[in-house]
Amino acid sequence: MHVFTDPKNFDAYLSGFLWILKLTGASAVCALVLGVLLAAMRVSPVPVLRGFGAAWVNIFRNTPLTLVIFFCYFGLFVTLGLTLSDDLFRNIYWLGVVGLSTYTAAFVCEAVRSGINTVPTGQAEAARAIGLSFAQTLRIVVLPQAARAVIAPFGSILIALCKNATIVGTIGLAESSTIMKDLINFNGDAVIPIFLVFAGTFAAVLIPTGYFFGWLANRLAVKR
Amino acid sequence: MDDVATGEPLIVLDSVNKWFGPLHVLDDVSLSVGRGEVVVVIGPSGSGKSTLCRTINRLEPINSGTITFDGQELPAEGKALAKLRSEVGMVFQSFNLFAHKTILENVTLGPVKVRREKPAAARERGLALLDRVGIANQAGKFPAQLSGGQQQRAAIARALAMQPKAMLFDEPTSALDPEMVGEVLDVMTSLARDGMTMVVVTHEMGFARHAANRVIFMADGKLVEDAAPAEFFANPRSERAKDFLSKILTH
Repeated sequence: MHVFTDPKNFDAYLSGFLWILKLTGASAVCALVLGVLLAAMRVSPVPVLRGFGAAWVNIFRNTPLTLVIFFCYFGLFVTLGLTLSDDLFRNIYWLGVVGLSTYTAAFVCEAVRSGINTVPTGQAEAARAIGLSFAQTLRIVVLPQAARAVIAPFGSILIALCKNATIVGTIGLAESSTIMKDLINFNGDAVIPIFLVFAGTFAAVLIPTGYFFGWLANRLAVKR
Repeated sequence: MDDVATGEPLIVLDSVNKWFGPLHVLDDVSLSVGRGEVVVVIGPSGSGKSTLCRTINRLEPINSGTITFDGQELPAEGKALAKLRSEVGMVFQSFNLFAHKTILENVTLGPVKVRREKPAAARERGLALLDRVGIANQAGKFPAQLSGGQQQRAAIARALAMQPKAMLFDEPTSALDPEMVGEVLDVMTSLARDGMTMVVVTHEMGFARHAANRVIFMADGKLVEDAAPAEFFANPRSERAKDFLSKILTH
């Protein structure tokens, strides 16, 4: 464990995971908002919106995340000049958030849509019958019930998002997998321990996350 | 109960046609329902009676013809349609109470969110309505904790909370255990007695006999007979109605 007793390496290890947490946090919020909006579009009575939602899901769900992240860097930043921060790493970070959010939103959308499908049609009919608008029906009656069915899949999406965040390392952010590669390069005698520490850290955070979402889903299940 | 309503009719269907794909579910149906009138719609399953009921608040759009409510043609969509629906109460076969809300919240949701009433006032009126349908002591429970009969009475209270001009009942007792049918029919009968305009799709012939002003008999999407209950049950004119009545009344 001599690698991690070196304060310099330990700080790098911490800062790597801190980037992962920041990427996961910001992308989770953006993907949630975007995904719910996309799901609302996909179930809306407006054909143009439905088409837009379907196109988004089909494009981003079927494109490798590495390509999406590369496009954010080489396409949005290098070619189109989209700069999200003057600081080099902050800029890469935000480009990463854009890529992770657009990609993850497609999965959020489909989870929400399948959640909406678990809510019996009669619920929306009763809501419309008392005069609620489409938006109110969705917000007050359908989505709160769908949300309960969506919690467990959201756990899986969040876990995947956290691991996917390491891909932002490919466009130059010193997140955990990049730090791990560096440590391995300089400490060829400790490859397995280094690997186990990084993998173990992910597992230590994500396994409880999975159980938490499972517990929450059970607690909030709607009785019918 | 023979005092048929006066003045201009509240609900008017004129040559309404509707298809589900190739199936002609409503075949040139014309019908008018006066204010305070109770019209019971009966007929074999698949005759289009539920669809007819659901077209009146446009839960089912129609392909041709017109439907007017309170002198105004049904709006196609948007705010105008939502407003119309808020004036027409609907009670479903499967109750459709909001599963994540308490009974009282189910009843106050419409007044608060659609009519913008003060929550305290809506609550007070909601409790009074729950009392009227006999389930005030269930106000804080969730729908799944109630019996079918109690849920359906809550659903009636939810519809009444909007102070509707008319009430539509789509087979309100068909999903109930037999011993709970009576409690729901009692509430409906008292509504009818209080002068509520009602369109009731049902298989409850007893209710049709004693609470209806008119009985409509439908078959194959067509409105076959339209008569006072006593006359319809004693002397059905069409073969279809005779056949239908012979099947259900011999048991």
